[in-house]
Amino acid sequence: MNAPSFLFYFFEIIAAGAAGALLFVRNVFYGALLVIAVLLALAGLYILAFAEFVAVTQILVYAGGILVVIIFGIMLTTRLGGKPLVIEHTRSISATLVGLAFFGMLMYLLSRETFVAHPAKAATPTTLDTTQTLGALLMSDYVLPFETAGILLLMALIGAAVIASERKSKNV
Amino acid sequence: MNVPVHHFLYLGAFLFSVGLVVVISKRNTILVLLGLELMLNASNLNLVAFNRLHPGNLQGQMFAIFVIVVAVCEAAVGLAIVLRIYREYQTSVPDDVNELNL
Repeated sequence: MNAPSFLFYFFEIIAAGAAGALLFVRNVFYGALLVIAVLLALAGLYILAFAEFVAVTQILVYAGGILVVIIFGIMLTTRLGGKPLVIEHTRSISATLVGLAFFGMLMYLLSRETFVAHPAKAATPTTLDTTQTLGALLMSDYVLPFETAGILLLMALIGAAVIASERKSKNV
Repeated sequence: MNVPVHHFLYLGAFLFSVGLVVVISKRNTILVLLGLELMLNASNLNLVAFNRLHPGNLQGQMFAIFVIVVAVCEAAVGLAIVLRIYREYQTSVPDDVNELNL
């Protein structure tokens, strides 16, 4: 087993283990930390799959942005004075059944399929400058989704600020 | 690295199932949001893995980036709603909130 394969299974075990521990964790803060571990391991997997721009975006946006906001949310919605926020589980049996059934179905379907690359496409060598190509594509072929994403982000910013604002709203 | 693409997809299936169970079973709105993020990440992993089968073609990675953008919006608006509900109802248990008449 060469080094990239070893790293691949290393990251995969970290991601699967942290996600599995998330099922049993009862402290919300520990849950957020476990999700950070999953996201960082996934960033490692993206690098091994030749998607370094997605990996860096994952670290910057997810692990650096969303999870910090979520930890702020955890701290703002606990009024327990230093005690950790411990939660309970509801519907454990039905949730486990649904999860196992869904996982079994996915594994069954995936193990039946063989995914092979299109022969003509597979002959193309892997480009080493993925980031440069992605930037050029964002400004040419994907400029409409790019601008739409910008408008969506603006809408989410304004919407979040309005929803979370302090004023008593009978007429908003 | 000659890892078969199935090993990416198995991890994606596992992460999606874990996210589903977390969304159903946890009694906390923020953990439900974290489960949603896990499910979005599982789909992202599949997109990147399939893109690895087609080198020289970056549609999968592009789609993954847009999924990340949408996930950011979802997390921001979702947390704003969670904070507002906590201020009005003093609870963060989703089952306790059965009306939105603020």
